[in-house]
Amino acid sequence: MPFSLLSTPAKAGVQYRRGRKRIPAGAGMAGFAAALLLGSSAVAQQAAPVPQQPPAAPQQGEELVVDVTGGVSAPMPIAIPAMPTPAIVDTAAGPTDARGRDLSEIIANDLRNSGLFTPVPPAQLRTVSVPEVTAPAFDYWSGTGAQALVQGYLRANADGTLTVGCYLYDVSARTELTRQGFVVAPRDWRRAAHKCADTIYARLTGEGPYFDSRVVYIAESGPKGRRVKQLAIMDQDGAEHRFLTNGQSIVLTPRFAPNQQSIVYMSYVGDRPAIYVYDIGSGRQRLVVQNANLTFAPRFSPDGRYILFSMAVGGNTDLYRVAAGGGTPQRLTTSPGIDTGGSYSPDGSRIVFESDRSGGQQLYVMNADGSNQQRISFGGGRYATPAWSPRGDLIAFTRLSGNFRIGVMSPSGGGERLLTDSWKDEGPSWSPNGRVLFFNREARGSNAKADLWTVDLTGSATRRVPTPRDGSDPAWGPLRP
Amino acid sequence: MAKTHLLLAATALLAASACSKKRPETLPPAPLTGPVDQVPADRGPGTGGVDGQVVPGSDADFRRSVTSNTVNFGLDQYDIDPDARTILDSQAEWLSRNPNVRITIEGHCDERGTREYNLALGDRRANAAKNYLAARGIAAARMSVISYGAERPVALGSDEGAYARNRRAVTVVIG
Repeated sequence: MPFSLLSTPAKAGVQYRRGRKRIPAGAGMAGFAAALLLGSSAVAQQAAPVPQQPPAAPQQGEELVVDVTGGVSAPMPIAIPAMPTPAIVDTAAGPTDARGRDLSEIIANDLRNSGLFTPVPPAQLRTVSVPEVTAPAFDYWSGTGAQALVQGYLRANADGTLTVGCYLYDVSARTELTRQGFVVAPRDWRRAAHKCADTIYARLTGEGPYFDSRVVYIAESGPKGRRVKQLAIMDQDGAEHRFLTNGQSIVLTPRFAPNQQSIVYMSYVGDRPAIYVYDIGSGRQRLVVQNANLTFAPRFSPDGRYILFSMAVGGNTDLYRVAAGGGTPQRLTTSPGIDTGGSYSPDGSRIVFESDRSGGQQLYVMNADGSNQQRISFGGGRYATPAWSPRGDLIAFTRLSGNFRIGVMSPSGGGERLLTDSWKDEGPSWSPNGRVLFFNREARGSNAKADLWTVDLTGSATRRVPTPRDGSDPAWGPLRP
Repeated sequence: MAKTHLLLAATALLAASACSKKRPETLPPAPLTGPVDQVPADRGPGTGGVDGQVVPGSDADFRRSVTSNTVNFGLDQYDIDPDARTILDSQAEWLSRNPNVRITIEGHCDERGTREYNLALGDRRANAAKNYLAARGIAAARMSVISYGAERPVALGSDEGAYARNRRAVTVVIG
């Protein structure tokens, strides 16, 4: 595994603690992964190539952790000064001094948008020299109120790659908590910032990382009666945005393949609504199921071997799966109701889906082969668009009872919590660490305003993610290796 | 009037052809009405034929001949109610008089549903209309269905009146 952090395993549910806790003296604190990655698409990590200082002994065995209890959140103040560069070099990613400033801004935005951190305002950030990166001015930083400090540097290498060093410090304990180094191709310079932010986030929260990931979604424009829809892809923070189709045909509900090399989605091209796999590298697409029937709602299994989808035959919609390369679909449900949606558990053994067989849309869980179908939702109202968390502990859904609201429940149906409260929020999609949800928020009326929003498990940190046009059907991809 | 004369002649020709079971040869083909992007326009009046004449057997002819090309449905419903029956009966009658014409039936929903469910519900509605027409003797091979879910509303508001108009199945002549 390329990315081993010294973070505690993510706990089921949403129990967090803020502030300091006593841990046994001598327990391991600082450390860094030393795995060196090769490969053009991977971000290589290595031990930071600066003179090492032995980490200061932890004071009194206390550990700095981020803690959020449901609903009450006081984000941790954190200082992230601009990253200096040993020498200003004009690279394929631009000048290293400007990129060093951008890196700290990307990190600050990632951490702030998680809702768990408050970056110290730029006016209070001092200019940090390269030597100071590993010898922080703790007195100064204490004065800003920061509890944690992120420092780093950006260096252009002779072979054209960039090295980013990333260091996390506990300000009042005056200790280093962790360090990471990344070697990236110039075109991946933003990913180094996300990897650094992930290192910080994981170390301080105990949660898994999620910042170095992408979202595929449907970009929308035009009047409500004739919306133009295009497949689009972007980083989870909205950067590196690209349109993948030209809007000539309605496109809907895209999903990443687990290896992130392709996207499965539904298109009305040729007036034949059907599902296609789009290869991101080549831009080519292929039809998944050769069938005159309406096929829609496609998603990959976690191992990438199957595509789960819905097919309407003679007015009845059921769930099917087909080998990802194509072939004869295998029918999974047979009820006379509409069975659609569908989301695999992270181990691929089960599927949660929606069905109106009881009279209105509700959630059901079944084995991946279609056996043992059990209803799990019993609250007032209807339940739709289920999405199984990559951590396996929760199922997110859209609840329809007057308004459309995003909620989560356990896979057995208990512990239901609603996270948003607006007129029409729909289609939750999980972050790689199972902590944050992307969803689509629409406004009432004839303007058809549709946007992408995120919310975290505490229901706070609800924010709009800006996109060039309107957006819908967001699908969060896996963590990038 | 020359126009009337021409219309009468065309009608006579059609009637004659229905009796003789021979397809009329002299009529120009129905003009293409589908837009380039494969999205169905909510068809306005008269995609007419040559010189503004409505071509028999065309979608324009269909729309002006039948009670309506659209039937509506209740919330989350897909049953054919008495009003829909009347409309579909008139469609069936026209289709019987134009036996070589093929149709697509589009199913649509209002926006008060989730995206994928609406695709399935639209398909239910289109099939409900198709099955009714089949029961009235229209050959299934002449009819295809397509669901647009809630993607193509005709009424743009977010009120019950708009929703009721958007829950519909639209019959479109495709040639």
